[in-house]
Amino acid sequence: MIEIFGIPLQAFLGQLLLGLVNGSFYAMLSLGLAVIFGLLGIVNFAHGALYMIGAYVAWLSLEKFGLNYWVALVLSPVVVGALGVVIERLFLKRLYKLDPLYGLLLTFGLALIAEGVFRDQFGVSGQQYPVPELLQGATNLGFMVLPNYRAWVVFACLSICMGTWFLIEKTSLGATLRASTENPALVQAFGINVPLMVTMTYAGGAGLAALAGVLAAPVIQITPLMGSNLIIVVFAVVVIGGMGSIMGSILTGVILGLLEGLTKVFYPEASSIVVFVIMVLVLMIRPAGLFGKEK
Amino acid sequence: MSSTVSSSAAASKQGKLLWSVVLAFLVVAPVAGLYPVFLMNALCFAIFACAFNLLLGYTGLLSFGHAAFMGSAAYITGWLVRSAGWSPEAGVLAGTVFAGGLGLLVGLVAIRRQGIYFAMVTLAMAQMIYFICLQVPFTGGEDGLQGVPRGKLFGFIPLDNDTAMYFVVLAVFVAVFLGVMRIVHSPYGQVLKAIRENEPRAVSLGYDVDRYKLLAFVLSTTIAGLAGSVKTLVLGFATLSDVHWSLSGEVVLMTLLGGMGTFAGPVVGAFTIIGLQNFLADRVGSWVTVIIGAIFVFCVIAFRKGIVGELLAWQQRRRAA
Repeated sequence: MIEIFGIPLQAFLGQLLLGLVNGSFYAMLSLGLAVIFGLLGIVNFAHGALYMIGAYVAWLSLEKFGLNYWVALVLSPVVVGALGVVIERLFLKRLYKLDPLYGLLLTFGLALIAEGVFRDQFGVSGQQYPVPELLQGATNLGFMVLPNYRAWVVFACLSICMGTWFLIEKTSLGATLRASTENPALVQAFGINVPLMVTMTYAGGAGLAALAGVLAAPVIQITPLMGSNLIIVVFAVVVIGGMGSIMGSILTGVILGLLEGLTKVFYPEASSIVVFVIMVLVLMIRPAGLFGKEK
Repeated sequence: MSSTVSSSAAASKQGKLLWSVVLAFLVVAPVAGLYPVFLMNALCFAIFACAFNLLLGYTGLLSFGHAAFMGSAAYITGWLVRSAGWSPEAGVLAGTVFAGGLGLLVGLVAIRRQGIYFAMVTLAMAQMIYFICLQVPFTGGEDGLQGVPRGKLFGFIPLDNDTAMYFVVLAVFVAVFLGVMRIVHSPYGQVLKAIRENEPRAVSLGYDVDRYKLLAFVLSTTIAGLAGSVKTLVLGFATLSDVHWSLSGEVVLMTLLGGMGTFAGPVVGAFTIIGLQNFLADRVGSWVTVIIGAIFVFCVIAFRKGIVGELLAWQQRRRAA
């Protein structure tokens, strides 16, 4: 059997794949955070809660209505996106002229509300979501056995990330979006409905979080707390990458997931803190983050 | 000019009277039959919130990881007093100093970023400290550190007596409260406020802003540690919930609800939140989180001055009219 530093190749690649899966989720969530922060100037603490709600919508639509995974993949982002519209219209739009700290505090409050409601309804024990039939089983690649669903998650997450990057960086809609980030008053003067665009951006970010939730549902335990635990790691990812660049968020997310996977192989005790340690190191060397601009 | 002087003199006279009433109430409260452990717990959180307010209210820095300092001091004190046989005063001192040292390390990293990033960095570092507390053996992991004896203060004041313990906690609280007031009113405190109002301007005036911020952070985390250490003595245990991010959020809420940047605000906020949690705990179950979250949303949308801030504004409007 082939070994790498005394660890069987299969176990090594397995952990690396797990890291890649986690990294894909980090990438998707930090991407949503970056897009929302770019246009709204709000650090969306509720992002983890939206991800959690996305997973629960998938689970509920299967349990209560018998709707399968592929339906949930569309339904859940739409439902959570609509919730995003409500949140933005009802609360966030009142905060744009204030210190960004208030946005963080408000979305923190919203996250607490969501967590409390779901904990009351579903308890703290985890729910299982079955892997869809089409993606069950594994493919033998010769040097490792690749579970199909995990391969799909990585593929789906990275395609969505790339799609979002393309939309924002390469299309005219994206150009308008970026222009509004720089100077909303001027863009409005060109006859573009900036407030609508802001609402749709938040809804889009919320939908991305929900989509990540559905993709994650079959590989994790669905609990009311799954969002908060993840969002703090994603914050560290965002600090490391810097929120200025879309591609930066994607790359940082994937790389940190892989590093976390590697840590699980060589020093499992440190795997829960490795992202934070890297954050400290990056702050010491490059305070603006790897892809951030020094202001 | 003379009217403003006399009105502010009247206000400070009024303030002194109010404080005497509050202090008198706190002194007679346990005798009057209020549950002393509840009062002590609330006072510890009031100390914690005062420490937090020094940072958020007067320096404009939002730390989203303050529970890490309260909680790690709680563990250090608990372990030293229970397992190493230290006296309560030495245990509290060690916990407080530890929290200050930890604050220095975290602060050195966190002040490298401003504004919203500062909040995220402190939250992330506090989460790291949480995971360390979860894994190192002496904290007892998920079970927490149980059975910490209160012992005898200075070798002769038996703290097992709730009334004696209460007055010790009250004395610590009054000392912290006056201390924070002293810091804010000192020339150093004026510089902190200048940084809060306009950091680039403070830099251009030649202040080494980072050093001022770091000192404020260390002072705040030291006092937060003091609160945690004393709380361990009061309750006899330290658990993971003392270092959890939800507690970091609660102290933000206490300060915001009471009124950030006011002296009385954090105290009012701490008593309100702790009282509310006590009242709701066995009545509504997990809805406590929902209610706390809703108060958060309400405060940010419509009540940003907080209870004390609104009262002060109301008083000012009345005087102006």
